Amino acid sequence: MSIRVMLPAAFARHTDGTKQVDSQAATLPALVEDLGTKFPQLGSHIKDEDGRLRKFINVYVNDEDIRFLGGDTYQFQDRDEVMFIPSIAGGLR
Amino acid sequence: MQPACRAPFELYSKESGKSYGNQPLSICDESFTPLEVRYDLDAVKGQVTRASIEAGPANMWRYTSLLPIPEGFEPDLPVGFTPLVKAKNLGKRVGSNNLYVKNDAVCFPTLSFKDRVVAVALANARHFGFEVVGCSSTGNLANSVAAQAARLGLKACILVPADLEPAKILNTQVYGARLVRIDGNYDHVNRLCSLIADQYNWGFVNVNLRPYYAEGSKSVGFEIAEQLGWRLPDNVVVPMAGGSLIRKIKKAFDELLYLGLVEAKPVRFFGAQATGCSPISTAVKQDTETITPQRPNTIARSLAIGNPADGPYASRMIREVGGYAEDVSDVEVVAGIQELAETEGIFTETAGGVTTAVTARLLAQGRIGTDELTVSVITGNGLKTTDALAGRYELGRAVRPRLGDFEEYLAELDGPTAVAPELEPELIPAD
Repeated sequence: MSIRVMLPAAFARHTDGTKQVDSQAATLPALVEDLGTKFPQLGSHIKDEDGRLRKFINVYVNDEDIRFLGGDTYQFQDRDEVMFIPSIAGGLR
Repeated sequence: MQPACRAPFELYSKESGKSYGNQPLSICDESFTPLEVRYDLDAVKGQVTRASIEAGPANMWRYTSLLPIPEGFEPDLPVGFTPLVKAKNLGKRVGSNNLYVKNDAVCFPTLSFKDRVVAVALANARHFGFEVVGCSSTGNLANSVAAQAARLGLKACILVPADLEPAKILNTQVYGARLVRIDGNYDHVNRLCSLIADQYNWGFVNVNLRPYYAEGSKSVGFEIAEQLGWRLPDNVVVPMAGGSLIRKIKKAFDELLYLGLVEAKPVRFFGAQATGCSPISTAVKQDTETITPQRPNTIARSLAIGNPADGPYASRMIREVGGYAEDVSDVEVVAGIQELAETEGIFTETAGGVTTAVTARLLAQGRIGTDELTVSVITGNGLKTTDALAGRYELGRAVRPRLGDFEEYLAELDGPTAVAPELEPELIPAD
């Protein structure tokens, strides 16, 4: 099982410019952990003090806000396209 | 006319404290939270005075000292300074002795408060060298970006939800803007704009120019205070879409206070939403700043943002100042439009129907006192959303141009006693 993750320009400073990455994570919390492993600098910035994804970052799965799919409990499907977008233009997480 | 001085300004992140100077950027790359504009008000304290403002032009540019306008920009569009109307008749109807309507249904050039924010955003777009500007919009912003881009000689590419009101679509296209209808709601459109802004060197007024854009809203607050004779109201009722406007009006009041132009007093802010899209009012009622997104389903489409970017901040501010937020049904929205038109002669769009109905409800609930000075902020014109009133009025049959036919027609409508009495002879003007 593999998902494709799209990262916004605002993240690029912490990913050496990488804007797309594949992951085997099954859920959003697992994906946040995986991103933190792949890009340690990003990992420390996208999590709040409780270790959760910052609330001003939106996550979309194949065009749908992940909160409408169950949020942290949503199980990614093979070939899901997951997009991270800061809240400024797309509301907030 | 140029103001005597301008407060130096820069972008910064409230969360991380990092400064970003002045550039087309909207997100802090450390906290990923929205950037804000902050000013060095101490640099202009004592120089920006009531007199210096009053000596300025009769539009929002009289407040240029307190807006993020680049050096050298000579504003020539007379945007803003819309009427603040004492709403005696509406007040009588809804139980207020001290109600005012801030009427941005007549803001120049496109009849909504968005003209203010676009004026500031495009001043910066030109300064940053963008040749193409754009936005995601529920209609009013589209109209305003299209019109002002035309005036400034910029190309405009505007993205809207496909089901937008026809008048708002036409009012965008007429200015020569490229309009792209997106098969989705506003939140989908917004997300796409964010992706485009990542790829194209375009100035999106509500994405990469957003910090500047949002500051234009402050002019509503400056005007309310000045038009009340340099004093603050007790209450302000503000429609909420993304949740930015209500905060910016407070910011305007705070800046005037800091500069000593108004006296301190507690001002309560009340947010207004349609029940069919009420993520911020829901959060306020639940006493939280956690916003749960909604799928919009309301005729008040200009407020239909299910995932409001400034929602947490708006909810926090409203609760901090002891205000509240309410939401009303679509039936009440239409009634609000009609009530404001019938009592004050102000024809507002659906968002104004929301604000009017919420104001009435807050008075009925006793959350706003009868004698408290309350300003209801009307942000758009009813001519843009006439479809909301479809089927509400009958044309009636055509009447032959004869007095007898006219009287017969009135009797048909109201009964024979309703026919106007003949004029008394002494009231008939002499030839």
